[in-house]
Formats: sequence, C-alpha cells, structure tokens
Amino acid sequence: MSEELLNIKNLKTYFHTENGIVPSVDDVSITINKGETLAIVGESGSGKSVTSLSIMRLIDSPGKIEEGEILFNGKDIVPVPMKEMRALRGNDIAMIFQEPLTSLNPVFTIGNQMSESIKLHQKKNKKEAKKLSIEMLQKVGIPRADKVFDSFPHSLSGGMRQRVMIAMALSCNPQLLIADEPTTALDVTIQAQILKLMKNLVTELNTSILLITHDLGVVAEMADRVVVMYAGQVVEETDVFTLFQDPKHPYTKGLMDSTPKIHELKDELSSIPGAVPSPLDYPKGCRFIDRCPFAMKKCAEEHPNLEEILPKHSVRCWLHEEKVVDLHDTKSFA
Amino acid sequence: MTQNHLLEVKGLKKAFDVSEGFFKRKKQFLYAVDGLDFFVDKGETLGIVGESGCGKSTTGNLIGQLLEPTEGEIIFQGEDLTKLKGETLRKKRAEIQMVFQDPFSSLNPRMRVFDLIAEPLRTHQSLSKQELNDRVHELMDLVGLNRSYTNRFPHEFSGGQRQRIGIARAISLNPKLIICDEPVSALDVSIQSQILNLLAKLQKELNLTFIFIGHGLPAVKHISNRIAVMYLGKIVELTTKEKLFQNPKHPYTEGLLSAVPIPDPMQRNVEDRKLLEGDIPSPANPPSGCNFHTRCPYAQDICSKVEPAFEEKEPGQYAACHFPLNDGKGIISPKKEMLIGNGIFH
Repeated sequence: MSEELLNIKNLKTYFHTENGIVPSVDDVSITINKGETLAIVGESGSGKSVTSLSIMRLIDSPGKIEEGEILFNGKDIVPVPMKEMRALRGNDIAMIFQEPLTSLNPVFTIGNQMSESIKLHQKKNKKEAKKLSIEMLQKVGIPRADKVFDSFPHSLSGGMRQRVMIAMALSCNPQLLIADEPTTALDVTIQAQILKLMKNLVTELNTSILLITHDLGVVAEMADRVVVMYAGQVVEETDVFTLFQDPKHPYTKGLMDSTPKIHELKDELSSIPGAVPSPLDYPKGCRFIDRCPFAMKKCAEEHPNLEEILPKHSVRCWLHEEKVVDLHDTKSFA
Repeated sequence: MTQNHLLEVKGLKKAFDVSEGFFKRKKQFLYAVDGLDFFVDKGETLGIVGESGCGKSTTGNLIGQLLEPTEGEIIFQGEDLTKLKGETLRKKRAEIQMVFQDPFSSLNPRMRVFDLIAEPLRTHQSLSKQELNDRVHELMDLVGLNRSYTNRFPHEFSGGQRQRIGIARAISLNPKLIICDEPVSALDVSIQSQILNLLAKLQKELNLTFIFIGHGLPAVKHISNRIAVMYLGKIVELTTKEKLFQNPKHPYTEGLLSAVPIPDPMQRNVEDRKLLEGDIPSPANPPSGCNFHTRCPYAQDICSKVEPAFEEKEPGQYAACHFPLNDGKGIISPKKEMLIGNGIFH
C-alpha cells in the first residue's frame, strides 16, 4: 500500500453569514496517497474549492474551520500558527488557480515573482533563484524562457500564464499540488497541452495532485481516484475506472448521463431536474432527494452516511443499504 | 439558389480599428471576421466552434445585426440585411433573435420576469393586456418556468433559470432564426443538459433554425447538424457533424478534436493524440498564407505563401487547406457508425 500524504478527517468549514450559517464543507474526509492524483468533482456550491482552501488554511472571516483534522505527513495542520503555515505553503503544498491573470501580480515581472518564493523557501541567492526560475520555465515548455523571465504577466497569453503558474508552483518541489480548475479558463487545444504537461511533471517529480474540476472529461484523463461532492458532502468515492463504469450514487450517474458524449455519434442527453438546494436550508434527509429519481420514504427522513458498500467504493445513499443496486439496470433519469 | 436557404452569408468581413499613436496616425485594422461564406437551411442547426479570438461571436453579432459588417452580404429570406434601413430593418430584426452566454449580465436586474418576457412583445406587437398576459404565460410554460415566478427579479433565480428567461425572450416574437452565443458555457453540467434539451425541444415544436456558437465541442456536437470550425476569422472546415467527427479534412479540426478530453478513462491515450503545439497567433497580425501554418504539423513551403481557397473537398465537406487530410483522425470511428446505422447498436 502506498503511503498517505494527506488525510482530511471530518472537516467542517462553515461560513457565518448574515442570513445564517452556510455549511460549505460538511464533514468531509479525504485521503491522498503519495504520487497519486485525486480529483474532486462537483458543481458550483458543492464545496470543492472551499475544501482546497481549507487545506491551505486560506479561509477568511466569515468562514472558519469548525471541526476536523487535516493531517499532512501525519501532522495536523489546522491548529498550526500562521507563521509555520506560511513555511508550508508554497514549499510543501502549492496551489494553482483557475484564472492565472488574477493570481499573478501585474506590476512585477514574472522573474521577480518566481524568484521571490524560491529565495524565501529555499534560501537561495538572487543569481541561483534566477537560474532555477529559468530552468523551471523551460521545463514547462515556455520558449525563450530568459526573455519571459523579464516580462510582465499582461504580455503573456492565458496558456503561457498558466504555465508560469505551474512552474512557480513546482519550483520548490512541493509534495502536494492543489490545482483548482487549472484549465477551465483555457481553450481546448491549450487545455490539452497543460494537462499533458501536468501529467508528465507529476510522474517525473512524484508529486501528488489534488485536482478540482467540474469537467468529467478532465477527470477521466487525469485522475487515479475520484471524490464526487454534492452540497458540501462527499457522496461517492472510488477509483476512476470503477466510477465511470459503475457509478453507484444517483447524482454521479445523472452527472455522467448529462455529459454529452463527444466520442459517440449517437448521444442522448438526459438531465438532472431541478437545481442544488440552498445551503441555508438543506433538507433533513438526503440532500439530493428533490432531484433523485430513486427517492424513497427513508431518504426524506434520515440523512444517509458515507458507507463502503464495495471494497474501496464508498457511497452516501440509502439505495444500497440492504443490497448493492446496479444503477444501469434500474430506471434512468427522465 | 439563394431562395432555398434561410440565411446566406457571402464574403462577410468585419474590421475593428485598432490604430495607435497620436491622433491614431498609425492606422491598423484587426479583421475579426475575414471573409465568411456559408448558408443555413430552415430547421437545421449550424454549429460554429473555435477558440477565443477566432471571430465566432463577432459572426453571431453581425448576423444578429448588433454590428455592422465592413464588407459582404447577409441574405436572410432573400433580402440583403446590410442594405436595409430604419423600419424595414427593425421588422426583419424581430425574426432574428439572440441568446447570450451570461444570463447574469444580459437581463436587466430591475425588471421583473413578466416585464422581461413582455418587453419584446410590447415593442413589436400591440397586444391587449389580456393577450399579453396569456402570451407571457404561454412562453413561460414553453421554457419550463413556473407561472408563479412572474413577479420575481432575475437575481432570485439560478443560472439555468435565468437562461430560460433569456430563451423565453428570444422566442417571444416567433423568430425564424435564433443565434445562441455560448448559451450553456456559464452553466453547471447538470443544468447544461437541461438547457440543451430545452433548445432541442423548442426547435422541434416551433420549427426554429439555430446558429449555435460555442467553444465547448461536446455541446456543439450534441445540438448541431452541420458544424463550421473557425480559426483566426476564417472558416477552415464546414461539414456535417458525422463527417467532421469521423474524418476531418483540415489539420486544425483534427487537432481540435483530439484535444477534447473524453469522459471515459478507458480511452486515456494522450500519447497517440495529435496535440497542437504553440499558441493562437494574434488576430491583429495574422500569419501569411494559410494562417494556421505556424501550428500545422503538416505545413509545407506553399502554406506560408499562398492562402488556400475554401472549397468543396468532398461532397458536402468544405475545407480551406492545400493538403486536406485523407485519413484525418476523428474521434468517432466510421466503422462503429456503420453498425449504429444498421441498428445493431440500438
């Protein structure tokens, strides 16, 4: 068995708003092994981004980590003071965001911003930092890396900026890379380049990736294991092949059926009716009940737990309580 | 024949003035759309795909009469829209409607749902109060909005619901042609399929013709009959969905198709994909000759010198390329399609 790098236990991150408490992340447990790529899939409001920000401890007021542990290499980083956390960020855990233009400072050169973190975390002098930065820029496939080192973010294209972000994130050789929708803002041909680059680098440097996305195509391409989130909770977790072949949660199944099949000529699209419930007012029972074609009486009354119904396949659904049901056989979404 | 097509576009060009310097003395023009020729038949859906900056949205805005073309003709139901003015243009315009990408910024936040949907009816038709009421309710039923929502404001709705309001507005005047500019790009996956299915349903019921613009190939493929692929202001390939996905003729189409991540982990084979290298050049300074030659894996000498003509390479399959692919790698194998055709896969 491979070694555990990150272990999130019963994490609860709540936002205290004027209208009430919003449980953005509600009792989420996730593990990531060394060298593994774990994808979190979910739609807006599912809590996938807040989970990643919680790992970086980047939750600001009115948000707060209420409960739970985040074990990184066995050490709980929730109570760690901010100073220590800063040493961890960028060095051991790095993050790339969706919009590379807003995450780069427009008034400093690429080189300036890259060397800053290298100098800070690796105790290198200016010259060494510059050398390493240029090396990293070359590694992520940027032509004329020494020129780009001296240029400003606005003069680069979206794909180039995201490459810079990746180079920056990987420059300190982190053990965990959190990628929050890294290719959503990019065009498809550029997305393919970036995904391929991330894949190659991960194999080369043996970095673990926490990939956050809403795109099942990206998941199918990149992930080893997948966590599906809905309304702040994990509803299904298993390896990528099992998930696509044999989804057990009605939401996962619905998500797959509503994704257009680009590689098949005939594609009938079913859709999940309705919308995600408001986080201020989650139903008492299962949070998917209003949209679920399999909803039973029990679903309205009791909140289901995440149970391991098959080896390494956990699902939060009453449907499989007595015996595991094959969703392909039963009635599908309308 | 012009008469047979609902819409025909000939040599359409749009240049934006990007001149620089004191009093803009350094004259420079950016051709966002650089010579388009295509037609759309009644009842079909023409998809337009391409990456950012390829001019697909500009094309939509030109046809929707939101922009004035620099050159070319837009022939709608036998009349050239570029020559129409005033009242006649206003009347014609009612028959071409648009649905926009961002349902958050395209609806007036101070108007209630009823007024939003009634606005085009009030402008173009003189209905009695009762008639207007009935029509708005009918439209709300059509797009799947609850009638009790009439007095709500846009901010009370989710993205999908707002897009339904936008669609209700667009179909309110019984248009012949609807231009959908990335109508599902801003929505979640489960909501996207709701809207795509709604559009397909409306098309059938109201006998609509769509131009569906998108950068997401899966959505465009799902809804379109024919697809035009654009690159730097030009159409590089235009053909039926089947031909495009099975046997693309243009190298850019091939690269675009193989870049789309396939939602099936059994098919992850990035290695034998034909990934395109490099970035999209700036449309302000497009490459010479074939403007794709800088990224084309098959480029030869002639490609950087002579611009290829957009012509029929095979019946019903148009492409602009000196060396059209014979064995272009699509992502749907033709063999499988034959089986589907014979009913084996049903």
